[in-house]
Amino acid sequence: MGELNINERQAGDVTVLDMSGKITIGEGSVALRTAIRRLLEEGKKRILLNLAGVSYIDSSGIGELVSSYTAINKESGQLKLLNLTQKLQDLLTITKLLTVFDVYESEAEALNSFK
Amino acid sequence: MTVETTELSLPSRIDTVAAAAAAVAEFVGRSGIGDDAAFGIDMAVREAVTNAVLHGNRQDEDKTVEIILKSLPDAVEISVHDQGPGFHPEEVPDPTAPENILKTSGRGIFFMRSFMDEVDWSIRPGGGTTVRMLKRR
Repeated sequence: MGELNINERQAGDVTVLDMSGKITIGEGSVALRTAIRRLLEEGKKRILLNLAGVSYIDSSGIGELVSSYTAINKESGQLKLLNLTQKLQDLLTITKLLTVFDVYESEAEALNSFK
Repeated sequence: MTVETTELSLPSRIDTVAAAAAAVAEFVGRSGIGDDAAFGIDMAVREAVTNAVLHGNRQDEDKTVEIILKSLPDAVEISVHDQGPGFHPEEVPDPTAPENILKTSGRGIFFMRSFMDEVDWSIRPGGGTTVRMLKRR
């Protein structure tokens, strides 16, 4: 089992990635990057990251979230975040990224927000 | 009065970051630090060691990252030393400035300063940079 586990499922035309573990420098960040690149190659551009199981993220992981966001936007897609832990929400607040990302606490609400 | 000191010497590899974090967590656990402070120390140590491995020693395995942990009566002090050319923290751009918010890197020092009570850098005689971080109890 790796540092970050990513389970992919489809909800209509939205791809949900249920993530658990750590998004940190090395394996965790690479796993996220690889997953996003693969989805974009498959033409899946509406992506919801369910971060409920992500216990830890460092500056490299935050950078990877930003990188994912810009890569998906560049392809005219949408990336949204679901179920942030309090610590991740705090990190996104102090880095002012909470204003950049579209963040949800309800999966139904998040899925409805994709247009 | 120093209560306890631990010194580590680790190779300049990415997996050193997790190894250092684990060693520091164990030390912090013994030091009677609260959970919130321990989380902040963990974040700061990972960022400091990442910087030492990537930017200081540039993953040159002939160079080591040295970590000194001190449990003081009123604080925990952590020093991370690399063998790199040194750098000027004041030249690192503010990652929360509007033009930098969407940058994919450059938040490590910001996190270190956010989570620790004191952070300062010095160039050691003989070369290398030391970052010293203090978290009060």
